This record gives sequence, structure tokens and C-alpha cells, in this order.
Amino acid sequence: MSKKYDAGVKEYRDTYWTPEYVPLDTDLLACFKCTGQEGVPKEEVAAAVAAESSTGTWSTVWSELLTDLEFYKGRCYRIEDVPGDPEAFYAFIAYPLDLFEEGSITNVLTSLVGNVFGFKALRHLRLEDIRFPIAFIKTCGGPPNGIVVERDRLNKYGRPLLGCTIKPKLGLSGKNYGRVVYECLRGGLDLTKDDENINSQPFQRWRERFEFVAEAVKLAQRETGEVKGHYLNCTANTPEELYERAEFAKELDMPIIMHDYITGGFTANTGLANWCRKNGMLLHIHRAMHAVIDRHPKHGIHFRVLAKCLRLSGGDQLHTGTVVGKLEGDRQTTLGYIDNLRESFVPEDRSRGNFFDQDWGSMPGVFAVASGGIHVWHMPALLAIFGDDSCLQFGGGTHGHPWGSAAGAAANRVALEACVKARNAGREIEKESRDILMEAAKHSPELAIALETWKEIKFEFDTVDKLDVQG
Amino acid sequence: MPFQSTVSDYQTVATLETFGFLPPMTQEEIYDQIAYIIAQGWSPVIEHVHPTGCMQTYWSYWKLPFFGEKDLNLIVSELEACHRAYPDHHVRIIGYDAYTQSQGTAFVVFQGR
Repeated sequence: MSKKYDAGVKEYRDTYWTPEYVPLDTDLLACFKCTGQEGVPKEEVAAAVAAESSTGTWSTVWSELLTDLEFYKGRCYRIEDVPGDPEAFYAFIAYPLDLFEEGSITNVLTSLVGNVFGFKALRHLRLEDIRFPIAFIKTCGGPPNGIVVERDRLNKYGRPLLGCTIKPKLGLSGKNYGRVVYECLRGGLDLTKDDENINSQPFQRWRERFEFVAEAVKLAQRETGEVKGHYLNCTANTPEELYERAEFAKELDMPIIMHDYITGGFTANTGLANWCRKNGMLLHIHRAMHAVIDRHPKHGIHFRVLAKCLRLSGGDQLHTGTVVGKLEGDRQTTLGYIDNLRESFVPEDRSRGNFFDQDWGSMPGVFAVASGGIHVWHMPALLAIFGDDSCLQFGGGTHGHPWGSAAGAAANRVALEACVKARNAGREIEKESRDILMEAAKHSPELAIALETWKEIKFEFDTVDKLDVQG
Repeated sequence: MPFQSTVSDYQTVATLETFGFLPPMTQEEIYDQIAYIIAQGWSPVIEHVHPTGCMQTYWSYWKLPFFGEKDLNLIVSELEACHRAYPDHHVRIIGYDAYTQSQGTAFVVFQGR
């Protein structure tokens, strides 16, 4: 039915607040936590968010009538109170599938978290969750390999992968750096990692690092009889440089490379993931800059959204925090988003911060990486929280061992295997953690020293970003 | 005490992946791990290889995977039969998960020479 042009300014809610709307299976759904300016009604704020993140602008425009905006507009279909916060509320918005380019996370984010976050009628805005429709998911490449293929390549079954970041994180020459890699891997780690800020600095150019690391990995593999790897950080200043580094890692026959997906950007990440899929390379993903975006409870983007976006853009491992270590992270929330990295279906569960059912279809899973301020005493809790499909990384907890990195690595490996064995035998590993570790240390002097070294170190600070629950 | 004498030398060891860093398991401990495999709903699989081939992806099957087998004692006797037939081979047990098409777990029960 044709409409007449009626110039002027309408309230957003006249067009974009549609509480009677029933979302379609193909709609992309989003939940925003909104805090409006004083005096602006909730419906108007919510409708403004829907409008400004989809088809709307502040004024009616004649050219709207050239199309059928009813087909393209985003709609706010529900508003909910935020438990324990009288000024904020959740706005649920449905976006038609055709608003987005197929397979483009960059495009989804440009729409959903673009201009709208600077909108004056809002004091704060936070994107809490996105339900990606399976129709969109099927257009994304996703993890280049996934958990199952990664296990098969690395020949690691029935336990988490064990890794560590090479320290000091800056300032080592390529040859010295390769030495530290070798010590860790010969001591029993599966994987070592470039720190995120190691790219190609004057003290250690990337090619130098890649060559020495490759020698260390191959030597450790020969001596231990186990499959080893090192995440070669390919993050670079330009896409051309990024691919050059990836190609060289492949030339050296290395199994895994690394990228920083937020500072590097989603476009670069998706491109690199596609390269990895074509070249049989595993891809480890770091998340530098995430806390700038996800830590404030009222503004920004929750990490569960960034995690979902990474699974779609592509990566085989993603850092998720540790719950118990030096970096921020609440246990239930972390469980909520690691489910979304690994499972094929995740039901709505507000107690884990998941606002929607999320069907991942056949998309492969991503290993959850726990790294940052963890040591051997944390092992039972880490295994209980993260389960087998995870990668546990102890940096200071490896290199800080009084006998060096190889002994530190062995201590962690013994502790991990003792915990897995105890769990499988039906013991409650968190409750019995002390006994399990002390028993294991009887057969491992490396573990005994590690337990002694780190016995008093804890990071007990309250979480800044908590789940919204009635206090 | 001078520093050097407090530091021990860590010698690299050749290991066989999961549980390679633990002392050999007692019979009872092995039973516990097999019971775990069965309780997870995984199918037990027994594989063996001469130590020189331990880094190969494919080890030889002992018979066929024991699809759906729930009898702990039967699996134990098959492990022993495999070990008797190939005393110089590594023998490992796998918990095979047909849903993920992956191994839920895998570890070496008898080490060959």
C-alpha cells in the first residue's frame, strides 16, 4: 500500500517500538542494556536504539518512500528491567537478516555498535548479547579447523592443552627467545606462545624469531616423542605483512600461528582465518584491547558478544580469562561464553548471562584459553571450570620455577595429569585439591618445589563487571 | 648454600602423551580410568605399535573397536591379550566418542621396549 510523504520529526517509538512483533527465526536479535537521559521514556530510548542501529535517522526523509521500510527496519519488541538497577533497562531488538552482508562480522558490528553508541539521548549503552540466526551463521567461515581437528593434528586427547607465554615478553633476541621455547617444550608443555606485543621490534625481527622457534619446536618434538607447537604471532601493520609472516610459518612447517583480533580488526582476522583454512594452519587468537570495550557494566560490548563474533570470524583458540588468576572474570559469566565458543547449541540462561538460545549448527568449536596470573595451585579449579577443551597457560607459573622453565613446565604437566586422573576416578578435584597435588608431588620434585614457591599467591579482588542479579 | 647446588638438572624425558608424566598406574587405577571411559558412553578401542612407530597417527587396532562395550572385565582381558600377543609393543586404550568423531581420552597402558 502506498503512503504519502509527511515531512517533519516523528517520535522514534511510533515506528520502531513494536511490542506485538514476534521475532522470526531468521532475524538477528540483540539485547542492549540502556541507560537513558533523565526524562526520556524507556520506549523512546529503546526505539531510538533500534532506529539508529538500522534504517532510521532523526527526521522523516522523502526517500524512505522509495522502499518498503517495514521490511528493513529494526524493531524493539521487548523491554525488561535490569535486576538491581533502577535506572537501566534491557531493550530487545530484532533486525531483519537482509540488513547484513553475508559472512561479514565487520558489517554486523558497524551497524549494531556504530553511531548509536554516541547518541545524545543515551547516557550509557551496552550490547549484552546477540542471537545470530542459523541462516547468517551458515554464511560465515568460522574456525579454520576447530577443536576436533586441532586435537587430531596435535595428538592430544582426554585433557586440556598445556601452554605458556614466553617471558620476558619484550627484549629477548631471537636466539635467546628460541632457547626459552625449547626449555618449556622439552619440559612437557604442548604449546608455547608469543606475547601479544611481540610483533617485529628492533631487538627481535619476526623472521629471526620464526627461524629459531621452529628449530626449538622440532628439536623438542624429536627428543620427547610428543607433538609440539608455538603460536607464531603474525599480527602486523598491514595485511600484506600479515600474510607474509603466515606464509613463512607454513614454509617452516609450523602447526599454529597467532593473531590479535581486536587490535588487528575483524576484516584482517576473517581474511587470515580463511588463509588458515586453505593452508591447514591452526589459529590462536589473542584479545588485546577487549577490556577497554567490555569491562564497564553499563557501556560498551560484553565479551560474550566479542567471543561469538570471533567464533564466526574464525579462530581455533580464544583467550577467555581464567576466573581464578590476575585478570577480571566472573565464573558463571565465563562459563556462559565458553559454552558459546564450544557447543553446537547453547540455551538461554540468565544465570550465565546468555540472553538467547543460540544454535551454532555445524560450526566447529573454539578452544577456551585460560591465561594470566595462574600457577600450579590453581590447576584443580581450572580443570573443573574449563574442562578438557581448553588450553591452560602458565607464564610466570612456568618460568618462575626455581630450577628454570623446563622444571616449571614438568611441574605443571604433572599437576594437570594428576588432576585429570583424579577427576576421571571420581574424586572431587576442587574440594580435594590439596591432597591431589601433594600426592602427585611425592613422585615429582619439580612439582614439590613449585607448590612451595607459589603457596601464598592469590588474586582476590572483587569483579567489576558482575552479572545483573537481584542483590 | 651456593645457588648452583640448590638447582637440580632437569633431564628431558620421552613420554607418550596423556598421563606420560605420571608414574605407572596400578591395576586398580587403570580400572578406574576404563570405568570412566565406559561411564562417558564412549567406545573402548585398543591399539598397539612398536615403539619405533609411536609418533605415527595410526597404530594397529587390536581386533576392532569395542563399540558399545560396557563390560570392564572384558576390556581388561582384551588389553592383556593384546599385550601378550605383542609384548614389545606400546598398548593404549582409547575412549572413542562417535558423536564428536574424536577421542574422549587415550593413554598408554603397557609400554613396549
